[in-house]
Amino acid sequence: MDIATELLAGSRLALSRAITAVENEYDDAVEIMKKIYSHTGKAQVIGITGPPGAGKSTLTDKLVKEYRRQGKTVGIIAIDPTSPFTGGAILGDRIRMNDLTTDEGVFIRSMGTRGSLGGLSRKTAEAVKIMDAFGKDIIFVETVGVGQSEIDIVKMADTTCVILVPGLGDDIQAIKAGILEIGDAFVINKADREGVERLNIELEMMLELDQDKGEWRPPVKRTVAQENTGITELIAVLDDHYHYLVESGQLAARRKKRTKDELVTMIHDDIGRYVSKKIIAGKEFEEILSHVEKREKDPYTVVSEIITSVLK
Amino acid sequence: MEKRIRVLVAKPGLDGHDRGAKVVARALRDAGFEVIYTGLRQTPEQIAEAALQEDVNVVALSLLSGAHNHLFPKVIGLLKGKGMSDVLVIGGGVIPDSDIPGLKEAGVAEVFTPGTTTAKIVEFITANVK
Repeated sequence: MDIATELLAGSRLALSRAITAVENEYDDAVEIMKKIYSHTGKAQVIGITGPPGAGKSTLTDKLVKEYRRQGKTVGIIAIDPTSPFTGGAILGDRIRMNDLTTDEGVFIRSMGTRGSLGGLSRKTAEAVKIMDAFGKDIIFVETVGVGQSEIDIVKMADTTCVILVPGLGDDIQAIKAGILEIGDAFVINKADREGVERLNIELEMMLELDQDKGEWRPPVKRTVAQENTGITELIAVLDDHYHYLVESGQLAARRKKRTKDELVTMIHDDIGRYVSKKIIAGKEFEEILSHVEKREKDPYTVVSEIITSVLK
Repeated sequence: MEKRIRVLVAKPGLDGHDRGAKVVARALRDAGFEVIYTGLRQTPEQIAEAALQEDVNVVALSLLSGAHNHLFPKVIGLLKGKGMSDVLVIGGGVIPDSDIPGLKEAGVAEVFTPGTTTAKIVEFITANVK
């Protein structure tokens, strides 16, 4: 049996190997994705983002336990940064979710950002699809809350949850551009700490000014994940948002946009790869390069010549 | 194309010290590996299941409590049962020389005792990973 068939039949090892195939761009990755694609689109995808130390993994752990009590199966993709210097990474989010490891209804996979341009979001999106096709009801994508990745999360999540904590310096730091616009729900974790009122007020004020979300006004919830406080209330918010998405037609609209974006990205990537293979790796490229280097030709003309030759 | 060596660093059993494991994890990271660290007091079942979910190439077990003769082979047995027999299993910690042949017989590829340089561990993994 091949990996895709085994995965659809419920093999956890096949699920794991399929994600590896996508992550490492193995030759069979595309074949696997082709075979499972029709089985995707059923899971509810929840993005968890926020600054380092906000308690994202601990909160995810508690949310997953609550979903398991409700009888739902869960997939978790936990993303941690890859070193830009060595390519190595410490993927440590499992530590906060250790007792989920042996729950057969849960599958946790850690991914490094690996630094390839746009590569993370596409590979993570494919890992989401793989878990979706496997049959997970809920899929969490937990990202590092620095850089571009927390914006990318919006592209694949139905509901994006932004986790903040009181006392991280000036409270306004946490709600600068980007973070505020992507949240469908805001969570103030470690809400037993000093400064929780101020952060809450600031968030509410900023959200008042933000009119782009249509009828959905992102709620602000307080949790103390470590003590399991506020978890069921947060699940209720996640459910509410999902129902809102379904009933307002937003879910269909978001998924349509996602499908379109994915298709466009894949076309871009594949054409880029084709051009790299045909032109950049070709013999004439050195010559073209030296013409440009010596200012005998300009790069603008060269690029349009290359495009014409590829498209003919 | 972008294959990267993934290593699970795990501490089985009742043992509250993980400075050594963290030093090794850091060295492996600096060698360009992806290191999944699972923290203290893991059962063999948790370790084998994490290895499966993370699809690692290497499981590095660290143990100081003396239960290695029991726990290391148990992890190896569970990995095999999950279809992960191609994983390279290495061990480290306070392990008497006299126990090493038995552990190797049980499927531990190499045992690194105190004083081993991290470079040696990196070298061994690079040379032996499948």
